[in-house]
Amino acid sequence: MLNIVVMGLMLLGLFFFFGTSVGIVRFPDFYSRLHAAGKGDTLSSILLLAGLALYNLHHLSVDAILVSVKILFIIVFIFIASPTATHAIMDAGYEARVKHWVKRKTPKEPWPGEERRRQERHP
Amino acid sequence: MFTLATFIILAGAWLLLSGKFDAFHLALGGISCLLVALISQDLLFHERKKGLAARCGEAFRFLPYSCWLLYQIIVANFHVIQLAISPRLCERELDPHIFTFKTRLKSDFAKFVLANSITLTPGTVTIRIDEDVFHVHAISRKAAGDLETSETMSEMERRVAWVFEGRA
Amino acid sequence: MHGNIADSAMEFFFILSGVLLLLFMFMPLYRAIWGPTVIDRLVGVNVIGTKTTIMIVLIGTLYNRVDMFVDIALTYALLNFIASLAAARFFQRHKEVGLAEDRAGGQSC
Repeated sequence: MLNIVVMGLMLLGLFFFFGTSVGIVRFPDFYSRLHAAGKGDTLSSILLLAGLALYNLHHLSVDAILVSVKILFIIVFIFIASPTATHAIMDAGYEARVKHWVKRKTPKEPWPGEERRRQERHP
Repeated sequence: MFTLATFIILAGAWLLLSGKFDAFHLALGGISCLLVALISQDLLFHERKKGLAARCGEAFRFLPYSCWLLYQIIVANFHVIQLAISPRLCERELDPHIFTFKTRLKSDFAKFVLANSITLTPGTVTIRIDEDVFHVHAISRKAAGDLETSETMSEMERRVAWVFEGRA
Repeated sequence: MHGNIADSAMEFFFILSGVLLLLFMFMPLYRAIWGPTVIDRLVGVNVIGTKTTIMIVLIGTLYNRVDMFVDIALTYALLNFIASLAAARFFQRHKEVGLAEDRAGGQSC
């Protein structure tokens, strides 16, 4: 029973990590890559570590509980640190004036902001 | 009083990480925790105006908030995977832009929590905080949501304000 | 080791997930090697570092020594965070980071 829960958690974590990796490779600029890195990395790490912590409670003893609490500690740390590292990297890029990728505007379908900006210019 | 609170937190961390409960290790831990608590007491509790009771209230209200945040992270991940895997959706939906908004939150820690929450919710990442102006990068127009458009406070900011300032 | 079927099945599962984790880690590695800007590389390295933390705990589980490996994992998580912060702060001052961006800006989705 416990094993099935552990397997489910870890498979979900692997799935999210797969999505993150594909996002990191495929997204067009580094701002959107950081979207994938900041979110997917946090959740997949949390799920994988939660699965491992739960499996560790398999043979119940004081030591096992202590180790699980330590893994919980890592989870809390990653939960705080991963978005913060994302901010730091993003801020570095922003400060270094890395341009962000903008969608190529085709004449057929104007993006919604264009409409709004035109309205602002000629009210 | 704040020194005592720091000492208790440090001692808890020591007990958790050492895992040895004999007299020698406990004494060593007690001495080092006391020293660190005395030297760097102003580091952990930066704001002195708030009492310990208010902090406990914050910690208590933080729990339902973090449950909501966890739900938001899961939604965000499905959003990212959707964008990453389907080829056409990426071309159509992706419209990255950077916008700024002003927050009403006062304390630094509340701003930090709001910034991390913005990062973890679907489609938006905080770039930087200048005093009380947030620079946010959104991946599409829809994802920016009420952070960009709302005149007063967005939903997330209201939740953070509820946790740290106790008003709805 | 207990040697019953459930335990060996879990062991197999852990080995499998470790291998999968390793395979998925090649995609951020691609970004870390061929990323057009320095900051792209930093993203890849950060993701790989976070996953290495998990890999260490996984290896500990496989060898039945989680109590030892979890401390290493905790230290690695701290080091990875500090390394990311330090590298980001370092490259913040370098304006030429964005020079290679013409190529990245023209890339399609």
